[in-house]
Amino acid sequence: MKVLVCMSVVPDTTTKITFTNNDTSFNAQGVQFIMNPYDELALTKALDIAEPAGGTVTILHVGPADAEPVIRKALSMGATDAVRINAVPSDSQFVAAQIAAYAKDKGFDFILTGRESIDYNGGAVCGLLGAMLNIPSISVITQLSVSGQTATIKRDIDGGRETVSCSLPFVASAQKELCEPRIPNMRGIMAARTKPLQVTDPASGTTHVNYVRFELPQPKQGVKMISADNPEELLHLLRNEAKVI
Amino acid sequence: MSVIVFAETRDQQYKKSTLEAVSYGKEVALKTGGKVIAVSIGGASDAASLGTYGADEVLTLHGTEFTTFSPEVYAAGFAEVCKTHGGKTIIISNTYSGKSIAGRVAVLLQAALATNVVDYPDTTSGFRVKRGVFSGKAFAYVEMQSDIKVIAVTPNSVEIKTYGASGSVSAHQPAGLPAPATRIEDTQTISGKIPLTEAEVVVSAGRGLKGPENWNMVEELAAVLGAATACSKPVSDMHWRPHSEHVGQTGITIKPNLYIAIGISGAIQHLAGVSSSKVIVVINKDAEAPFFKAADYGIVGDVFDVLPKLIQAAKASAAS
Ligand SMILES: Cc1cc2nc3c(=O)[nH]c(=O)nc-3n(C[C@H](O)[C@H](O)[C@H](O)COP(=O)(O)OP(=O)(O)OC[C@H]3O[C@@H](n4cnc5c(N)ncnc54)[C@H](O)[C@@H]3O)c2cc1C
Ligand SMILES: Nc1ncnc2c1ncn2[C@@H]1O[C@H](COP(=O)(O)O)[C@@H](O)[C@H]1O
Repeated sequence: MKVLVCMSVVPDTTTKITFTNNDTSFNAQGVQFIMNPYDELALTKALDIAEPAGGTVTILHVGPADAEPVIRKALSMGATDAVRINAVPSDSQFVAAQIAAYAKDKGFDFILTGRESIDYNGGAVCGLLGAMLNIPSISVITQLSVSGQTATIKRDIDGGRETVSCSLPFVASAQKELCEPRIPNMRGIMAARTKPLQVTDPASGTTHVNYVRFELPQPKQGVKMISADNPEELLHLLRNEAKVI
Repeated sequence: MSVIVFAETRDQQYKKSTLEAVSYGKEVALKTGGKVIAVSIGGASDAASLGTYGADEVLTLHGTEFTTFSPEVYAAGFAEVCKTHGGKTIIISNTYSGKSIAGRVAVLLQAALATNVVDYPDTTSGFRVKRGVFSGKAFAYVEMQSDIKVIAVTPNSVEIKTYGASGSVSAHQPAGLPAPATRIEDTQTISGKIPLTEAEVVVSAGRGLKGPENWNMVEELAAVLGAATACSKPVSDMHWRPHSEHVGQTGITIKPNLYIAIGISGAIQHLAGVSSSKVIVVINKDAEAPFFKAADYGIVGDVFDVLPKLIQAAKASAAS
């Protein structure tokens, strides 16, 4: 069994987001970068399925060399090998095109991504990859099991949940509840140092969108405090001042 | 040249987010020209009503391939219609189903894709959209450079407008669709409950509630206000509440008109997912809780004292 897990590298969740160059780029100064939390789930699930079957899990990242410590972390969690496509991940479509170009003739049994990357929140790579590779894409999954050539999957839908089955190969995106993320142990960390990390050049690909400018949300005007003994006042304000109920 | 809207249905009826998507499409058409075509898979009992919200035509797609929701089939059928009707701007709701087809549609149409879009485009020079990034911590203005554009609009981002016209409805059977590759074994819908991402009012609670047994108060307030319920991450991690209610940077990002946070401290990861809410009410016993800085209205008090009173007052005012 051969599995591919796509990983994005994102600012730590506690990061206070700021921008530089006249708000045209993210200010990465002093920011700690981590594996996208959903991708930790994707990787853990892939390992849980592939390891007992004697299979392999390849971790793939599209991005510059700064990501290598995070790629090593993925290897220490148990990934067999890693590939870094050396290009700036300018948007989901470019990233998906790179992944598709890499994966198309490798015979992966299935591919996992995260539900979305918590920096650019595209939530798009799974569907894009599915169409580019002409395989089913099943997004926002909370359960996955593979038996022979068939996968059984639970996915979130609007206002509910659905169990679907499909045959291999497919691509799916991991949502919370799929599993608890693995924490690398000492042996894993030692082993990761010598696991293969291949760096490849990007395939040609177009970027259809251009990030022009960033903006922070408007700060609140200040909070209006209401006495705990006067919930009527709160309801009155919500109805007549804020007009939201 | 036309604007084509994917008109999502639930139980054969258009969702509120669909009406927003149609209004969005109309707004784009007013700027770029062309007509607005709303496309729904399968019929809807209120198909003609989309005209009121700006659709010039409503197309309903039929075929046995559509019986169950399969992203590759839905995307193929919808993309075919976009091609035959000269779709230049394609509008889809940024819902679970909308997002699961948006990427595929973009690939089939060789279009630019922007998801999580929160405002009308700026078309003064080029085509620029505003999208939420960093899980609610920021916004980005993105120039879409392709001839064809696929835009996924976040629910509760734009107002529903009415135009007093009615759209002509016609049925269509797309040819050459792929057979569904996924088979649905089982569907569980949380019936009677408002999906969190589409709710206009959300009542949310955190660790301050002490235990799952106290959630009846939260449910009760939500019921009186017609709200959906949500929770902080530790609450779902401890299985007090289902994971589907977890909001925040690693949960669901929401933007209701009103978000009521009860016994939630306001950690940066929590705020990320909810700070786009129009109005935020915070109830917390600690006057120093960081959440008050992000709130519009606040009550300092013990939930076990405040909540019963608030429920009672809300019931009284709903009855009057
Ligand atoms: C990688 C990562 C991702 C994360 N993602 C998310 C996320 O997506 N969403 C999220 O919510 N969190 C997330 N967190 C967790 C976050 O950092 C906070 O720990 C969490 O939001 C706190 O939840 P809480 O406010 O319910 O609990 P607490 O921080 O324990 O706050 C409880 C609050 O209740 C108040 N309180 C207690 N008793 C009462 C009472 N009787 N009456 C009134 N008020 C009372 C207290 O004053 C306190 O302010 C993440 C953390 C990490 C590390
Ligand atoms: N630069 C990248 N390299 C590899 N995989 C990525 C990259 N960016 C995004 N992905 C994958 O696509 C998923 C969704 O990303 P996005 O569509 O950008 O929200 C992520 O959870 C990753 O699995």
